[in-house]
Amino acid sequence: MSNPKSAYNIPTKKSKSGTHIIVVWVDNEAGVLARVVGLFSGRGYNIESLAVAEVDAMKNISRITIVTTGTPQVIDQIKLQLKKLVPVHKVADFKREDKNVIFKEMALLKVVGNRSKIDKCLKACKTFNPVILDKTKKSVVIQITALRREIDKMNKKLKSNGLVSTSRTGAIAMTRGSEIFK
Amino acid sequence: MSKLYSGAEIVFKCLEDQDVEFIFGYPGGAVLPIYDELKNHSSIKHILVRHEQGAGHAAEGYARSSGKPGVVLVTSGPGATNVVTALTDAYMDSVPLVCISGQVPTHLIGTDAFQECDTTGITRPCTKHNWLVKDIKELSKTLHEAFRVATTGRPGPVLVDIPKDIQFAKIKYTKPKKEKKSNGKLHNNFSQDEINELVDLIAKAKKPVVYTGGGVINSGPEASDSLREFVRMIGFPITSTLQGLGAFPGDDSQFIGMLGMHGTYEANNAMHDCDLLINIGARFDDRITGKIDEFSPKSKKVHIDIDPSSINKIIKVDLAIVGDVNEVLKAAIKTISQKKNGFKNSNKQNVSKWWEKIEKWREKDSLGFINSKETIKPQHAVQRLYELTKNQDTFITTEVGQHQMWAAQHYKFDKPNRWMTSGGLGTMGYGLPAAVGVQIAHPDKLVIDIAGEASVLMTMQEMSTAVQYNLPIKIFVLNNKYMGMVRQWQELLHEKNYSESYSEALPDFVKLAEAYGCKGIKANNPDELDLKINEMLEHKGPVIFDCRVDPNENCFPMIPSGKPHNQMILGPNDKKDNKITGKGKALV
Repeated sequence: MSNPKSAYNIPTKKSKSGTHIIVVWVDNEAGVLARVVGLFSGRGYNIESLAVAEVDAMKNISRITIVTTGTPQVIDQIKLQLKKLVPVHKVADFKREDKNVIFKEMALLKVVGNRSKIDKCLKACKTFNPVILDKTKKSVVIQITALRREIDKMNKKLKSNGLVSTSRTGAIAMTRGSEIFK
Repeated sequence: MSKLYSGAEIVFKCLEDQDVEFIFGYPGGAVLPIYDELKNHSSIKHILVRHEQGAGHAAEGYARSSGKPGVVLVTSGPGATNVVTALTDAYMDSVPLVCISGQVPTHLIGTDAFQECDTTGITRPCTKHNWLVKDIKELSKTLHEAFRVATTGRPGPVLVDIPKDIQFAKIKYTKPKKEKKSNGKLHNNFSQDEINELVDLIAKAKKPVVYTGGGVINSGPEASDSLREFVRMIGFPITSTLQGLGAFPGDDSQFIGMLGMHGTYEANNAMHDCDLLINIGARFDDRITGKIDEFSPKSKKVHIDIDPSSINKIIKVDLAIVGDVNEVLKAAIKTISQKKNGFKNSNKQNVSKWWEKIEKWREKDSLGFINSKETIKPQHAVQRLYELTKNQDTFITTEVGQHQMWAAQHYKFDKPNRWMTSGGLGTMGYGLPAAVGVQIAHPDKLVIDIAGEASVLMTMQEMSTAVQYNLPIKIFVLNNKYMGMVRQWQELLHEKNYSESYSEALPDFVKLAEAYGCKGIKANNPDELDLKINEMLEHKGPVIFDCRVDPNENCFPMIPSGKPHNQMILGPNDKKDNKITGKGKALV
């Protein structure tokens, strides 16, 4: 009786959502990203982050890494629908909790302020492989690589220490050990 | 040095190599080189439609009734956008179409040139795949690939966008290579273990039902034969979706009618109470399942489908068999014959109690209606049409609405590919152009579009096409002056507020028919109905039949929105429900 005038069924049960990292190997051709992204938007799936670049210039293969959330049923649909696309070669799916997979994001942080503020920021970034890419008397650009939530945390924390601009990538993923995904 | 061909010539070379006989199309600036080439290829006949949507639906009718892909040729810009509805329709109902569209020359793409639109962008979500051919070297490969994608796996529409300069450019033609491995998009790798599991489930079932869909039709006529053998072997009741009608004979005692929102009482109750549900080539569409949470709560579910993404999309199943329906059924039949000795009688005894229950439900006669001597009841009209045409091989198309459901309920199909209707997308205006396409594929057969007066006006211009090519299609209009299904929902759900669902100024369909140069017939009362139908059938050319029916008739039985299968509303014959129907909203 939730909506008596609806022509459609309204679900009453909801299962739990989880975060998954979907990796898609595609032919690097015109419109392929639009196909993948359009599938997500058209079917109401969610994209948290997206990373894409060609990984094999000889075979023209691009690797797309998408972070998404959904119920197990939705995640299954995402994989199966992606596999139906003509330029898609293979699809891998990793849970964020998966210990056998490395997830990394990169961020560029621009900090403007005096010496002590900049030093504070560099100190805070210490555990995230900081690289100083540019330095002036009153500013610095720091590159860090970390997990999404860690970068989120740094982003918040450094605001008071002169962080004026953040640029970050989507997550990329790689399995641990000698195995590769087939 | 082999001969150089223009892009336009290569288009036809490809079509010839794909054994294309008919193209449905409409010329325009960006496809003129292809149209110029048409005269040199006598094996390919072009059917000039009156609107590109009509071309798409005609190609769908052609494809669905013949099993071959339909080919559409349109120009850039409006030509391409007009065909979008038909492509979406074909995508929803898995009909193989190859649409070739012209595009502005490559150097003008992106400049907002005259009749330019982002065709591949617009059609990306409504095709299986599409291509913009920017290099003449890619053209023949792309076209052959297009036919392959459209016709393999779960069929569907594809589009190839060819800029005008590519149509003029010259290159050598290479014949298509023999089937190379197709990027893993074909799925026919089910295992014998799965078949064994299916056979075990069948052997154990006490209250089974077989639920078939359009996948059986798409798998080819042999699949229907296999289905008949399989179902007779196991002795189970069988129901069908709208798209699957004809795969199993509609007048067979094992067939318990269509299921779903306007399905029969026995089919829907069987779905609800069964302990084994075997889905063959259907997709648990929301018009079928009703309320998901209470869908067939006590059953083991088996799903046979060629598209892995259909499995567990809506309903979780216990056994999934991914493969071509015919292959799976043949494997099952073989296993049953070998291991279970063909079931002989044992299986039928298992389900005899279940059949008794089904017969009880059947006694409700849920498709019944109160006939009248004064006005033509639409159900009666469809029944008469069926009785007067069942002795010949008849092809039926429909528009969308009440008349479509009545046609599905009361016209009994005994062969596949005889029933063309827009199920998934529900496209009003589908039936008339589809009938054009069907008649092209089967010039000597009887083709009838069971139509509503509102739907048929959406693509009425295609009568002109029918007249031009001498296609004797019969447009059987159940004219109730309302958008009937809209009116029915407003009656039941919106306190009889018939907002904009009445057609104030309908044309005189007889005069309209005459204006198009075909025959118009009108039937006003039940007494003259048979006579007039026979007059229509005897006429050699196209006919528009204006059948004036009771404007207040509703389509029953009906599962109201958000309700499970066992809570149907039955028609006015059923006293208990008659009381409720008066109160519209309280129902749902």
